[in-house]
Amino acid sequence: MAEITMVSRRVATSVLDLIGNTPMVDISALSPNREVSIVIKLEGQNPGGSVKDRVALSMIESAEKEGLLLPGQTLLEPTSGNTGIGMALVARVKGYTLKVVLPDNVSPERRALLELWGAEVIDSPGSEGSNGAVKMAREMAEAHPEWAFLYQYGNLANPRAHFEGTGPEIVRDCPDITHFVAGLGTSGTLLGVGRFLKEYNPDVEVWAVEPPAGEVVDGLRNLDDGYIPPIFTELNGEELLDRKTVVGPKDSILWTRKLAELGIFAGISTGAALAGAIRCSQKIESGCIVVISPDGGWKYLSTGAWTDDIDVVTERARNTIYF
Amino acid sequence: MTIDVRLPTVLRQHAGGQAIVQAEGSSIGEVLVDLSRQFPTMSDQLLTEKGELHKFVNVYVNDDDVRYLDKLDTKVEDGDVVSILPAVAGGDG
Repeated sequence: MAEITMVSRRVATSVLDLIGNTPMVDISALSPNREVSIVIKLEGQNPGGSVKDRVALSMIESAEKEGLLLPGQTLLEPTSGNTGIGMALVARVKGYTLKVVLPDNVSPERRALLELWGAEVIDSPGSEGSNGAVKMAREMAEAHPEWAFLYQYGNLANPRAHFEGTGPEIVRDCPDITHFVAGLGTSGTLLGVGRFLKEYNPDVEVWAVEPPAGEVVDGLRNLDDGYIPPIFTELNGEELLDRKTVVGPKDSILWTRKLAELGIFAGISTGAALAGAIRCSQKIESGCIVVISPDGGWKYLSTGAWTDDIDVVTERARNTIYF
Repeated sequence: MTIDVRLPTVLRQHAGGQAIVQAEGSSIGEVLVDLSRQFPTMSDQLLTEKGELHKFVNVYVNDDDVRYLDKLDTKVEDGDVVSILPAVAGGDG
């Protein structure tokens, strides 16, 4: 029998204590530039399965501290899935009721997880993408002031979770970072981690990757219906980011598959972020890129992303929210 | 030089339904001015009265957002593809 030194019990008292401190792994085998290493941070290891557990916990605990959320109160949130799932987990443990406004074209696994943790799902039109969910939730929040509307797109506790958690973890585990690459959704990860990294070393570059979301949002009547997350404007995201690049569904899926060849089972938005990291690797001489994997692959098995013909899956992804 | 510009669904109505149009110019600013000349109703969707990029418009040269390059002064060359996309609420990973 192996020798074990027993000092004291090392067991979490709540599943919420397991949020954060996610592992990082070197995936330089995929780097097209031998002078550039690539390290990926696996946020799918969070108990709710995504980076959004951090945001959910941060927003709910901030609201509790500020007296904006009272015991047993109902929470309302627009989400394309992961934030809702994270909030459903935290709400279940802490005893809140949660209503999520969810575009009706997200993968069925996302909906199943939300329902499993007791959230009520309210459908918004898939053709309007996340924009439609945000619009509907804002209208509902106005009609129901008794609900707590934490609103991840406008809540500074979202980037704060990354400024205080994700960012310091990256520097602790990979102090030689030169470039940070992550997907742009609410912008919380990029703003929080990005600000922390720039304070750590102003030379670290922050690169954003986004899906061509506006291409498929056909509910948009004109550009004035566009949307920029209020936190992005408030924290001057345009100043913070060094580069922003768009990655389509085909590249996202191809790079998700490449990761699987290394034994890393990640969601499709990870493939998008990785495609951005690969472009970064091609454009710089040397360095160390840290890229965020927002979630694991479990919620996307039904999309056939790893098994079906690439063109068929790509077409399917155009009509499904995967980011 | 002539550059291919990919339009999002929301702007195609201003270009007779075309998804890809051609425009002349050696910088993004020149390309957008030429688009506005060809399709006058698209003009106020792209540029403000001050001649700056509309807040809710993202313009990309070969997938790179020009706001993080040289903005309207970003150079374009033969073979580059310019894409215009509206800024919309992103997903949440």
